[in-house]
Amino acid sequence: MPTVTDVVCPLCGCLCDDIRVEVEGNAVKKVRGACAVGRAKILGHGRLKSPLLREGDELKECSYEEAIKRAAEILAAARRPLLYGWSCTVCETHKVGILLAEVLGGVIDNTASVCHGPTVQAVQGVGLPTCTLGEVKNRADLVIFWGANPVEAHGNHMRRYSYLTKGWFRPEGKKDRKLVVVDVRESRTARMADIFIRVEPNKDYLVLAALRAIVNGFADVVPESVGGVPKERLVELAEMMKTAQFGIIFFGMGLTQSRYKHNNIEQAISLVRDLYAFTKFAIMPMRGHYNVTGFNQVCTWQTGFPFAVDLARGYAWYNPGETAANDVLSRKECDAALIVASDPAAHFPAECVKHLAKIPLVVIDPYPSPTTEIADVVIPSAVCGVEAEGTAYRMDKVPLRLRKLVETEFLTDEEILERLLDEVLKIKGLQ
Amino acid sequence: MAELLIKNGIVFDPINGVKGEKMDICIKDGKVVESVSSEARVIDASGCIVMPGGVDAHTHVAGGKVNAGRLLRPEDGRKGLEPRTGVCRACSGYSVPNTFATGYRYAKMGYTFLMEPAMPPLKARHMHEELMDTPIVDKAGMPLLDNNWMTLQYAKSGDVEKLAAYIAWMINATKGYGVKIVNPGGTEAWGWRKNCGLEDPVPYFDVTPAEIIKALAEANERLSLPHSIHLHANRLGQPGNYETTLKTYDLVKGTKPSRKRQVMHATHVQFHSYGGTNWGNFESKADEIAKYVDQHEHVTIDLGAVMLGDTTTMTADGPMEYNLYLLTGRKWTNCDVELETGSGITPFLYSGKVAVNTIQWAIGMELALLVKDPWKVVLTTDHPNGGPFITYPILISLLMSRKRREEVMKEVHSVINERALLPTIERELDWYEVAVMTRGTPAKILGLHEHGKGHLGVGADADVAIYEISPEETDAGKIQKALLNAKYTIKGGEVVVKDGEVVAVPEGRTFYVDVRYEDEAVWKEMLSDLEKMFKEYYTVSLANYPVQDDYVPKPYVIKAGAAE
Repeated sequence: MPTVTDVVCPLCGCLCDDIRVEVEGNAVKKVRGACAVGRAKILGHGRLKSPLLREGDELKECSYEEAIKRAAEILAAARRPLLYGWSCTVCETHKVGILLAEVLGGVIDNTASVCHGPTVQAVQGVGLPTCTLGEVKNRADLVIFWGANPVEAHGNHMRRYSYLTKGWFRPEGKKDRKLVVVDVRESRTARMADIFIRVEPNKDYLVLAALRAIVNGFADVVPESVGGVPKERLVELAEMMKTAQFGIIFFGMGLTQSRYKHNNIEQAISLVRDLYAFTKFAIMPMRGHYNVTGFNQVCTWQTGFPFAVDLARGYAWYNPGETAANDVLSRKECDAALIVASDPAAHFPAECVKHLAKIPLVVIDPYPSPTTEIADVVIPSAVCGVEAEGTAYRMDKVPLRLRKLVETEFLTDEEILERLLDEVLKIKGLQ
Repeated sequence: MAELLIKNGIVFDPINGVKGEKMDICIKDGKVVESVSSEARVIDASGCIVMPGGVDAHTHVAGGKVNAGRLLRPEDGRKGLEPRTGVCRACSGYSVPNTFATGYRYAKMGYTFLMEPAMPPLKARHMHEELMDTPIVDKAGMPLLDNNWMTLQYAKSGDVEKLAAYIAWMINATKGYGVKIVNPGGTEAWGWRKNCGLEDPVPYFDVTPAEIIKALAEANERLSLPHSIHLHANRLGQPGNYETTLKTYDLVKGTKPSRKRQVMHATHVQFHSYGGTNWGNFESKADEIAKYVDQHEHVTIDLGAVMLGDTTTMTADGPMEYNLYLLTGRKWTNCDVELETGSGITPFLYSGKVAVNTIQWAIGMELALLVKDPWKVVLTTDHPNGGPFITYPILISLLMSRKRREEVMKEVHSVINERALLPTIERELDWYEVAVMTRGTPAKILGLHEHGKGHLGVGADADVAIYEISPEETDAGKIQKALLNAKYTIKGGEVVVKDGEVVAVPEGRTFYVDVRYEDEAVWKEMLSDLEKMFKEYYTVSLANYPVQDDYVPKPYVIKAGAAE
């Protein structure tokens, strides 16, 4: 059976690029080297079979032409369209999407706004001392996961990049490293740790602030217990950090989406900056969807801003809290939406989903989801990294090119967006 | 393609020895030609200065680090907002403009070629993605090849042949243009929060920056690349660093050039021309550097001039950016790149009220005015490090007008009269010298003059800037205004700017070097070393590393080495 090697997995922000896939008769038969979730995605599962148009309570099959034409009519007629999603598609799609948002004068936002958006805001406050994953693999002797559970969410992270892997200066792999996990519960990752620190929910900020105080020589002001953690454990952790040769904090949504949001991240980054007085340290967000990072990159170089960009004025206006997807939805401001490669109906607050269900809604996605259920136009697309190629950015912003493994009848996201843009330009008399 | 006839302009075309002559330029099919038919569209350039399109030999415009700068500074993004037009995309940013603004604004200033000088090889794809989105101008990027573990090992063993083979592989894999060096050894040391002086051994690799520089210069000439090594020296920004700078230049004095050009291009030399022992007695040593450059043929420089105001500093020199952050306490981003390089970014305000900044401001101009031979100097601000590229017209007007310099010198810190040389300098650049420093010299230094850039001879690319100003004009304000918004910019024979507005947005081309190393036995040994690096230490596979053709949709390929 022909085997494709060095396949890049289109599942999570790890973008593992050593996957081997056996292909026969234009179908994926076997996947080796991927984690369970990645394997399932590459093998494929329940797809949308045809473009769909809503007729009353029902979604009825139609042609691509009909669906794209209807979608263009909806978007071109909208006064304040929202274009949201983008994290499970390639950068080539993002470029067309941002141009479409400009033409429409719409609001464009990606899923970062409900996961690592607070990270971006923190970075805009204090910066980000970080590195690529290979720096961790080759140098790190102290690895800290804070509010992140890679064993379950980023299946190959520890094996390929962070803990179990061997590196130039860490030839013995995990024997050469210490693993610390900070979390509100004893996750599977926590069970592997040399030190597990359990923090009371929503107290991460306090714990980070206490660590900063200790690192900076003010241990005397720290109370005996902070956020449920005894002071001596924090003193011990601070000492580990200061004496490590190369330390790294990986943080997840346990830190970004719990109480104080971006303030938590600012504290964590500031702690890393403080540690530079003693040693080498880095910090990195555990980005979820395989190309959530890519959208933020493309949006930044094209508009100047990473997400939540409002183009109603003709130029980019960025102000999360005013211009993010949930902002325009909760204010019931947007009057049509295009959702690409994402499922907000499953993840947004109920009032926002209600509004989304009320307005004309176009969805482009390979798979059915709660969002396609409330859509007016559903346009199925090829699966990037399996049926379509293109660029994706790993969680450490290393770009890789996803491969096409099999042929498909489905149009790619990029092709659909381009046709949609053409139709919109026609309606607006711009072409 | 349509023909163009640019009539009656005063032409400055230094590479062809044209020094302000009234003459016509004929254009057909994107090239400069002898003559055109009567059908040609006529552009009346009476009362205007005509030059080849500008060439920026060192400007940080695309890639991971530039984008991290944009992301870090939404407040900078807000400074340059411009709405979408019928022709142009929406623009943002001042010191870190979006890619569209970068292309438009350079074109408006009459620039048509940009060299991105700091591409981390692992993120080469990112740089190319941004170059694809930078309209109008042609462009290229240089991979960072000096802190790479392969380089460190070959430099230690003195194996110039394998190093040359490795460089050839990397330039091809990244679709890059030349060999960039940034704080050799120091950036690797920064992986452990350390730094390296010129003679300090790199931690664990037991090789010195001096050895790395020499080996890379030899390997560069072994491959006969169009450009020499492009060096950001050790100890950037430190008081007293001029001695390190001069020692660095001396390292390659004996290296034999493989082409008719320098063997070392030293970049943003303003940051490397400092005397004194601390910030309190910090002073200009531009005179020492200028003297060396005038007396030696093997080294060329670009200014890296400082323009007063707020900007975003960014470099692969990680430790330098950390030190700058410690000085200001402002926000700071750092990104070390496995097996290869690093980067740092921090905002910075160059203030005329601050003694050190005032001296820095003076040094950039002193270098331009003290080096006698303009064919050794390229005008840059090391965008955005010394100041955003959009300040070039201000810089040029200062260099052309002693009156304007004196006006500004009255406003800045009085230290300028004690520890800088600018007040003692009478020289004013003329239009010819400006054309040399912004067209002729950068094109020649990069080896681009052989590929139609930087001049207007028959066969050259029809990249032309027309500025509405008389060569006799001495008013600095008028000079600045004319340079900021060209009357016309023509790119590849197409009018892209008219009366200071962008009127067409063709895609620019990406230039890259296709270099072959011919000794198969050495090549194989190098490949086997490289395969081990990928198998054991990189986190991407060798097969996924090289930049695919998809990322250079409009290529211009220059062959070098055995491919030539």
